[in-house]
Amino acid sequence: MKAAPRSLRSLPPEGCLSGFARPGAADMTAKAIAAPAHLGRRGWLAGGVGAAALLAGWPRSALANPGTRPARLITVGGSLTEAVFALGAEAQLVGTDTTSLYPAAAQQTPKVGYMRQLSAEGLLALRPDVVLALAGSGPPLVLTQMRSAGVRVELIERRHEWDDVRRTVQAAGRATGREAAALELQRQLEQRWVTVRARIQAHTGARPRVLFIMAHGGSPLVAGRQTAAHAMLTLAGADNVISGFNGFRPMTAESMAAAAPDAIVTTTQSLQAVGGESAFWRRPELSLTPAWRRRHSGAVLLHQDALALLGFGPRLPQVLEQLHQGLLRV
Amino acid sequence: MNTLALKRSGAAWLSQRPSGPAVLGALALAMLLSLVWASGQGAFGLPLRELPAVLASALWPSAERSAAELVFFNIRLPRLVLAVAAGAGLGLAGALMQGLFRNPLADPGLIGVSSGAALAAAFAIVLGSLWWPEVPLALGTWPLMLMAFLGGAVVTALIYALALGEGGTRVGIMLLAGIAINALAGAGIGLLSYLATDEQLRNLQFWMLGSLGGARWEAVWVVALIALLSALLALRLARPLNALALGEAQATMLGVPVERLKLLCVLLTALVVGAITATTGIIGFIGLVAPHIVRLLAGPDHRWVLPGSALLGATLVLLADAWARTVIAPAELPLGIITALVGVPFFLLLLRSAHARTL
Repeated sequence: MKAAPRSLRSLPPEGCLSGFARPGAADMTAKAIAAPAHLGRRGWLAGGVGAAALLAGWPRSALANPGTRPARLITVGGSLTEAVFALGAEAQLVGTDTTSLYPAAAQQTPKVGYMRQLSAEGLLALRPDVVLALAGSGPPLVLTQMRSAGVRVELIERRHEWDDVRRTVQAAGRATGREAAALELQRQLEQRWVTVRARIQAHTGARPRVLFIMAHGGSPLVAGRQTAAHAMLTLAGADNVISGFNGFRPMTAESMAAAAPDAIVTTTQSLQAVGGESAFWRRPELSLTPAWRRRHSGAVLLHQDALALLGFGPRLPQVLEQLHQGLLRV
Repeated sequence: MNTLALKRSGAAWLSQRPSGPAVLGALALAMLLSLVWASGQGAFGLPLRELPAVLASALWPSAERSAAELVFFNIRLPRLVLAVAAGAGLGLAGALMQGLFRNPLADPGLIGVSSGAALAAAFAIVLGSLWWPEVPLALGTWPLMLMAFLGGAVVTALIYALALGEGGTRVGIMLLAGIAINALAGAGIGLLSYLATDEQLRNLQFWMLGSLGGARWEAVWVVALIALLSALLALRLARPLNALALGEAQATMLGVPVERLKLLCVLLTALVVGAITATTGIIGFIGLVAPHIVRLLAGPDHRWVLPGSALLGATLVLLADAWARTVIAPAELPLGIITALVGVPFFLLLLRSAHARTL
């Protein structure tokens, strides 16, 4: 009985990190993974070494698996799930978050909830080896608990740039143990990306002035700066008519009239939620815009799958090309 | 004739009311049973019958710790302890507030501690990233907990100060000031959520819905200690609160230091609810419902209402959280949704029942 208080006290308060891992190694890996854009290839190397040290340093933890079978994987973030599917490693997926909607098979995996409200016990119940998550997933405590249970947690940043796709594919390759396939996929995507960008940059006509609207239930929101939508419009060779604020805001009739967009880009899901194109144009705020006057031309309302358009995943080159094609007709 | 019969049966029921200690015993038993049951609930397959083995292996540790041990001692157990502490604290605070205001509508949020904590949390989540971009601000992180606690304390102090008058604290003014300040805090939260980015909005939203997911041992010990000390202090207030139920003047004549009693009630509530809310976000309805149920069972005597509310509050939160973390596993529902979703209809049913006429 005397052993009781001692053994209970020996449980470190923060999960059992200090009891198992070397915190230094864990920190190093976390940093290397969290800021890959600055680090480039050497950073990745350091990250890889760090991760290897981390795994090696873990004394046969209950949940980690030292590579005898394919790693069990949980992805948190639709584009990460897409990348795992693109590598053909979907059999390794034991759970995905609620934003993982594409491809359709991803919806059949157990759902771990919304990315910012993960449950530690829920995740551990799926007995993962790796959790691959977009930065901002959490709560942070849950990620800490995952790490202390011996699960490798990789966070992938979103900066709304081409590098996001590269980081996503690389991370998926590392997590699934399919580095070679990831390199090949990355090469293909890169090729397509370079072609599309060259075509967009070669286009000399006026840049169309475009408004991005999201209406996934509730009142429609328009995209300001520092959004994935803003980045995509810019990449596709258009100007976002909203430059006065960051993030998404509700649209007002007067500001729509002042913004005077030539065309509108939205998500397929928004159109479905609103009830089709004609219902979409019935919003009174839009009736004062140049785009509204040409609404019957069929060329001024473009829509794309939300995850493809805003996820910065493997479908980026493809969706960018389609967006550019559509905008050319404006 | 009919009403007379009803009155008679009501009186008969009153005389048959179970004694206070019996009710307390039953509530304590219910809490223990829920605690044992809840410790076998969770997404991770770790049922009750395997727990003895897990506990034994913790007492006599082997070289290797099993996954079940990790899950139980680092994830599930702190949650259970937090559920007991938070539920007990909220129930107790609710009973104190209803005793202080002599109003069954009162709940701990009334003195502004919850809304103050929420406003401060919203402030930290939305504007914090401007000043400290490196500090993570989500449910269960230290800076956010500290901000929320301070926010609760400041707003409570403000409402208390507003209610201070010549002859002491005017409880009626405190009630009205509480409602007004709560509305103001709501507006502030609305403004901040308008300014928030999508990510901040989600963090804020989950904070407002409450969750025990932020249970880590360091925080759990603090909350448990505060709840325990407050409970011990609050139990000494039972007789003075019974006297206060007769009216302030009567209580003063009975020798109760009424002003000190009011201050103590407010201080205890602010402390315990502030600590809980900072750790879990807002968990509604426990503070309102628990004292009511205990009063229906054991009568209005604060000697039973105060400890009974604590026991019942703990039971309710234990059960609600067990449900929250299993019903859509491996994901989990915010706890505040469940306490409201289950608590409110149950409460309404209770109000409609014949027993409610003794309120």
